[in-house]
Amino acid sequence: MLGALIAKGQRVADHQPWPRAIVTADVWRDAVGGLADGALSLFGLWGDEGTVHLCLLDESADPNAIGVLSLPCPDGVFPSVGVSHPPAIRLERTIFDLFGLVPSDAPDARPWLDHGRWGESHHGDGARAPYRFLPVDGEDLHQIPVGPVHAGIIEPGHFRFTASGETVARLEQRLGYVHKGIESLMTGASLERAATLACHTSGDSAVAYGIAFARAVEAALGITPPPRAVYLRALMAELERIANHLGDFGAICNDASFTILHAHCGVLRERTLRAASAAFGHRLMMDCIAPGGVAADIRADGSEAVRAAAGEIRRLLPALTEIYDNTASLQNRTLTTGVLQPALARRFAAGGFIGRASGRNFDTRRNLAYPPYDALSFAVPVVEPGDVDARVDIRVREIEQSLSLVDQLLANLPGGQFRANVPLRGGEGMALAEGFRGDVLVWVRLGTDGTIARCHLRDPSWFQWPLLEAVVESNIIADFPLCNKSFNCSYSGHDL
Amino acid sequence: MRRLLFQRVTRRVLTETAPSADDEALKELAARVNAAARQRLGRSLAIREVDAGSCNGCELEIHALSNAFYDLERFGLSFVASPRHADVLMVTGPVTKNMHEALERTYNATPDPKWVVAVGNCAFDGGMFAGSYAVAGGVSAVIPVDLHIRGCPPNPMALLSGLLALLESPSASPK
Repeated sequence: MLGALIAKGQRVADHQPWPRAIVTADVWRDAVGGLADGALSLFGLWGDEGTVHLCLLDESADPNAIGVLSLPCPDGVFPSVGVSHPPAIRLERTIFDLFGLVPSDAPDARPWLDHGRWGESHHGDGARAPYRFLPVDGEDLHQIPVGPVHAGIIEPGHFRFTASGETVARLEQRLGYVHKGIESLMTGASLERAATLACHTSGDSAVAYGIAFARAVEAALGITPPPRAVYLRALMAELERIANHLGDFGAICNDASFTILHAHCGVLRERTLRAASAAFGHRLMMDCIAPGGVAADIRADGSEAVRAAAGEIRRLLPALTEIYDNTASLQNRTLTTGVLQPALARRFAAGGFIGRASGRNFDTRRNLAYPPYDALSFAVPVVEPGDVDARVDIRVREIEQSLSLVDQLLANLPGGQFRANVPLRGGEGMALAEGFRGDVLVWVRLGTDGTIARCHLRDPSWFQWPLLEAVVESNIIADFPLCNKSFNCSYSGHDL
Repeated sequence: MRRLLFQRVTRRVLTETAPSADDEALKELAARVNAAARQRLGRSLAIREVDAGSCNGCELEIHALSNAFYDLERFGLSFVASPRHADVLMVTGPVTKNMHEALERTYNATPDPKWVVAVGNCAFDGGMFAGSYAVAGGVSAVIPVDLHIRGCPPNPMALLSGLLALLESPSASPK
């Protein structure tokens, strides 16, 4: 279906590697129809000066296909996607907040990222008005407002619970508190500065964003990074995945007041970060990836440090999962808690462990394979239950796969250069990278002087946050931290 | 689980020796923090962390302070869930305009005497996000700051030596 939609539009010549076509409102509506009936998945929806872009994923194609439809809106209006495909609603609200383009017939016109504090607003004075939470009617209901400043050491956001006794009747999120205007800072920035900004979109996914940004720029410029750089990038990505999954595994147990696993996972996470620092000079590997390759070669004793950390994790992890599996009080909290139905995961094209814990067999490292993953052997674990336990299970299995990938990457690390020359010229490119949380999408248009004309960064959390609202329904309030931690969506990556 | 617990008896303790208090931090504090407040707060400080717009990188390293290697609580420092229980506000991020009011209200909810520690390059002056339409600036653009711990993000050792400066008595400040 995607191919047919692209064919109906006017192809943009220098958009790499997937096609982009400028389409009419009718083709746009056909695409929305495809999303609504499940033939296509929503992969991104973002604004530009006088244009909206819709990125679609066709999972029925083999291999999976991606395409971008661009609809010029000279009168500032475009047909709403969210009206028939709810995953688009927050993205459309963002498009109006940032670009003033109106989704006609949209189901929700409330501001999203715009809290009326920026000095100017497309909502006029309306943005400063108190936010209207959705009404909830019924007897014996009470509301619990939480945040933006939370009790733990986490990012800010507001959760409005409506509860009946202990049971959650509705959760409504309000995000946007950490909106830093990253995309606007990128416009006009040099490649170097833009790469740094991309790395700091979501601090726990610095590598994933670094890779997605670098690959998008490389696609736009038609250059290929040297093989050594490609392997080193993947090594960083797998270390990042291991560190985050270990942190989450411990933190989920901690939210059930089971601190021993938190303590042990914390030790293994620290060992991973120290190995990353020994190998690449930064514990979170920020700014280690640059368009054209990597910022620096792996340090002399780096491989040994990574091998030692991987060995330690491999040795200790089974004992930790054994405790997790055999502690009834912990299982009581995680099993059947916060169930995400597979149909909903599919509809929202939920990426990462959230989708894979609810039967969505999708991983960009395999479905849209990019180097070096096309040359490596790894499994993509998928389970069906969709509860907190399933999301823990997927994380543990992914750590095991990542440890195997680390071995393969170190054993086959190619020699040679670690960075290619990056010419300064124009072009358009997009790329994906599988972060620990799911698929990070970066779309970039370069001006002829090689600076950024427009860059869009789409965090996997856009399609995961709304699902958290769905899974906590009918759970007890006390289980919300478990549900939330098992999702671990990004605030900063979402708020931009 | 028993085996895991027994192993801890035979194994070496993971916790690192404490770093010395950061000299720069001591200088900054000597100029800002008055002795009376120091005496009243004593050597056991309750810290409330506030993310005012960070990328989450600083939070990850602040989290690491509680792991077995850094074990923040051995110094009498602990994280608390409410500003009302806090002696110290530890603030990260460039302060976004959308977090401006929440940060101010958190500050006002913290009882006096109190100290504010701004963590990270963004908290210092807005860092790489300075100049954005959505960013108010560093933490000191919104509330008074007593101590800055720089870094992107500062690693746990840097955080620790900055925080230890808060525990040093005024007489121990560098001459």
